[in-house]
Amino acid sequence: MIDLPEKKSRFRMTRRRLILGGSLIGGALVVGYIATNPMQVAGAILQGGGDDPRPSAFGPFIRITDDGWITVVNKQQELGQGIHAGLAAIVAEELDADWDRVRVVDSRSNFRAYGPQMTGASNGIASNWDLMRNAGAAARAMFVAAAALRWGVPSGSIDIRNGIVSHLDSRRTATFPELLADASRQPPPDSPMLKQPADYRLIGTDKVRRKDSLSKSTGAQVYTQDIQRPDMLVAMVAHSPRFGGTLARFDASDARKVKGVVDVFATETGVAVVAETTFAAWKGRDALRIEWDDSEAETRSTHELVRYYHDIAAGRSDVEPAEFDSKGDDSEVPFDDDVADFAFDFPYLAHAPMETLDCVAQVNGWDVSITSGAHLATVDQVYAAFAARTIPGKVDIEVVPAGGSFGRRGVLSSDYLVECVRIAKRTDGRPVKLMWSREDEIASGYFRPMSHHRVWVQLGRDGFPTRWRIHSVCQSLLPVGPNSLATEGITHSPYFSTASTVDGKIFTPTFPVVVGLWRSVGHSYTALVMEHIIDQLARRAGLDPAAYRRVFYEKVEDKRRLAVLDELCLKAGWGTPLETGWARGLAIHEAFGTIVGQVAEVRLVDGRPLVRRVVAVVDCGIAIAHDQIAAQMEGSIGFGLSAALYGAITLKDGIVQETNFDRYLVLRMNEMPVVETHIIASTSRPTGMGEPGVAPIAPAVANAILALTGQPTSRLPFLDGNARSNTDVSAQFNG
Amino acid sequence: MSYAISVNGQVHHVEDDGQTPLLWVLRDTLKLSGTKYGCGAAQCGACTVHVDGKPMRSCTLSLERASSARITTIEAVEGADVRAIQDAWVAHDVPQCGFCQSGQVMSAIALLRTVEKPTDRDIDLAMSGNLCRCATYNRIRAAIHDAASKLGTPT
Amino acid sequence: MSWRASAFGNWRRRLKVGVLSVLGLIVVVGAGGLAYALYPRTMPQTQSIEIKLQPAEVERLRLASDFAAIADLNERSVALFEEAGRVIQHPRCMNCHPQTDRPTQTDAMRAHVPWVTRGLDGGGASTLRCSTCHGDTNFEPSGVPGNPTWMLAPIEMAWQGKTLGDICRQLLDPTRSHMTREELLRHMTEDELVGWAWHPGANRRPVPGAQAEFGALIKAWLETGAACPP
Repeated sequence: MIDLPEKKSRFRMTRRRLILGGSLIGGALVVGYIATNPMQVAGAILQGGGDDPRPSAFGPFIRITDDGWITVVNKQQELGQGIHAGLAAIVAEELDADWDRVRVVDSRSNFRAYGPQMTGASNGIASNWDLMRNAGAAARAMFVAAAALRWGVPSGSIDIRNGIVSHLDSRRTATFPELLADASRQPPPDSPMLKQPADYRLIGTDKVRRKDSLSKSTGAQVYTQDIQRPDMLVAMVAHSPRFGGTLARFDASDARKVKGVVDVFATETGVAVVAETTFAAWKGRDALRIEWDDSEAETRSTHELVRYYHDIAAGRSDVEPAEFDSKGDDSEVPFDDDVADFAFDFPYLAHAPMETLDCVAQVNGWDVSITSGAHLATVDQVYAAFAARTIPGKVDIEVVPAGGSFGRRGVLSSDYLVECVRIAKRTDGRPVKLMWSREDEIASGYFRPMSHHRVWVQLGRDGFPTRWRIHSVCQSLLPVGPNSLATEGITHSPYFSTASTVDGKIFTPTFPVVVGLWRSVGHSYTALVMEHIIDQLARRAGLDPAAYRRVFYEKVEDKRRLAVLDELCLKAGWGTPLETGWARGLAIHEAFGTIVGQVAEVRLVDGRPLVRRVVAVVDCGIAIAHDQIAAQMEGSIGFGLSAALYGAITLKDGIVQETNFDRYLVLRMNEMPVVETHIIASTSRPTGMGEPGVAPIAPAVANAILALTGQPTSRLPFLDGNARSNTDVSAQFNG
Repeated sequence: MSYAISVNGQVHHVEDDGQTPLLWVLRDTLKLSGTKYGCGAAQCGACTVHVDGKPMRSCTLSLERASSARITTIEAVEGADVRAIQDAWVAHDVPQCGFCQSGQVMSAIALLRTVEKPTDRDIDLAMSGNLCRCATYNRIRAAIHDAASKLGTPT
Repeated sequence: MSWRASAFGNWRRRLKVGVLSVLGLIVVVGAGGLAYALYPRTMPQTQSIEIKLQPAEVERLRLASDFAAIADLNERSVALFEEAGRVIQHPRCMNCHPQTDRPTQTDAMRAHVPWVTRGLDGGGASTLRCSTCHGDTNFEPSGVPGNPTWMLAPIEMAWQGKTLGDICRQLLDPTRSHMTREELLRHMTEDELVGWAWHPGANRRPVPGAQAEFGALIKAWLETGAACPP
């Protein structure tokens, strides 16, 4: 009995060693392979069992056909920002294609073929810049090689312009279709020669225009809402009116009596009504009787949450802060009496894209086929697979343009898409279109979070900050990791450069109201915090706000910000007089690598800010599509001004009070200011343009109001209660 | 109940509840999806159609009422002014996400049919019932002026 | 050399910038999704729930006969008009008697959204008529109220911002009300658009009483000398 265990243990040791050694080597191999081939591994995991797109000799993003058309595959989500044209222009530039013969198709979801498909953080151009340049340049090299071979001339002597391949000395030319067969057989080069910005013929010219304007002006463009499939059903879901509420009981007897209603059942997110038509589903849903279990639900009202946030910032709660920025340590040193202190409150905001959330899904055994304006196709594919209990490779997402999103379709839980797949799992293979009403969309959460900020700034004798303390309260914008997005735009601010100590803390409360990403994310309020404080500090110091900013930018040697500031002052006529009653406000903010400066011309009528003109200057690196940059600037200002004037989601006993555009007000035609956009010439890598223009408009208006009245802004929106209604602006402009 | 409804010059017989909004008859029954649902409460104008030549919001027009009128949708609205407006829309690259633009175009056509040379004030008055979350308003305004002046120029 | 290698070339950069964070995100999403998908839960089935009818609170109007006890004719007349004022100054009526070119809406009497103007005839601007949205009847699916003569009262008949006494004197002034006393009585008792206020549809709060009761109050007020509150 004593020997045996020894023997056994020796034997076990050997086996353990064997397993250990083997798994170590195996593990190292696996880790090594994954580390060196992460995309292939991810592709195999995510697309395993699925189909790949039709192969093209010119790679996954370019198809050239013998009718002379060049088709660029857009792997990003087109939600209005014009990404399809930007990516196509990069390809066409490197390929020297004829822009008028370039068209764009949206890709389906496929990580193996296209890599990650995630549209967000204004990264569409920035993250695909190298990919698209290389794809275009490689295809070009293949045509050059084919022509060189055919004509027996060195490849260096061959030129391509506007889709015509030519050899100058022998005056020979050929079109892409003429060389297509030969070029397709050429090996794609490993690292093709890329153009220098000085050699661009298309990028940065007015030729780069949208490709979808006609179809979007004639009603021909198909969105998810427009999808019709044979035998298709339409579903609507009754959701809990409170965040965190769950379904207790429901009575479907009346709903089932509605003509056209096919099925009614409980699903994870509420009660689904499935019908032959949208209106039948609508009436069926209206006829439901539901009782919700609110034991875990959020039942507070907005004013209670605001008070809670103030308590948190004052340390009167159990929410522990985390540091987001720090320099030196002054926690023990009290502030002087003349400390400048500020408090800001920002509301929840809904996205309210013109197309509400919708999705078409069909589940056939293992196969799931989805049509949707999917924002994060890669994430959506994974979540849809789990919802349908299949593998991601079996989920095929046909990505169609979205009727706006502003971040609502880009949520890291794919909420509406998962809801649709779950319903489609119960319709015996019939395709289902999930429709959300406007009321559903506005109350559905994934809001721009509400936040509170307490700021103390100690000023030196020269009027510049020596100490900053910023304590912010905001729910986490991401499901995991530090809450860094909440303070983006404050963290590492150039305005900290004159201070010897910085104490930046973020408090992250958790409760059931769902927050998410809203166009410009944290910048949507941090720009106001920083830029409005700076104007107030400049007033204290008796300095011009532009001159005051220049000191910080020079101190950190930020040439880009300085260039934006100078151009902005020049183009906006900063310092020149305006008519009585009008004032200018200036703000400059960097978001997603892009620097935007805006000057707003503002007047107050009955306490309402009226904005007639905004001059904007942007440095977004190499400007690919000038007209689209201007379009994004106009749209961003309209979107940001909408929120600044009216935007607020308010809760009463936990229930969202805004239901439709009559209470969740957005800017209308008569309130839109004139926008002038100026682009700083640059040869740096392009940066994003979809969101950065949103951030500076609120502080620009607040700074103009400060100039007009001396009154600082400490909360948004500017208008509340009964003042929250669209107004007749144009009649006031000349009055 | 069955209703005979004249849409784009064609009479359709629709079997449905008379209180069904025309919007859903167009989209679900007649498969004319150019007319969009945006709010369902006459707040956004994305569902604008022409009823006996007048712009109306199809989300708040019952099938019953619509059956006594001639309906024209974005798919079939035509004329020199329609072409001028759509050309101007393309020339100015008005659309971004584009979802509201069917309604914008239908309202703009109706505007030019009422006022030949609209002022900025006329445009404000006519178009403020049409929302655009991408805020393409300035381009819409420019395109309407552009189309009006092209139509006014004899060719 | 394959396309994949070229398309995803420049490994070091991509690895540094995006790939790891993307992969990290996918792993997190995957794990979270899996946990969520496999989390066992049971779904409630349909069951019978009784309809709980909220007893609709009907606001009553005092009848004209209730005022007979007031001996002083002038006093009775004023009292009758003050009772009628509960209808006149109700948001259902006031919303279409604005003092600007723009109607108001809801019980909070907020400015009408979208922004609209009265136009030349009170039926909206020529390019955005009331009838663009408002039909002949209330339309339940959209919640939009309607009436065949949906329009604003002329600006001379503005009630908002005025006291009941001012409104009273304005009603009796034919240059502002454009009505003789007989026409005024007919407007109040029979006008269909006025009658809408008792059947506003959706979740709108109707004005108190019934149109006939209101008409009787107006009639009695006129018959008692049409005295106005101060």
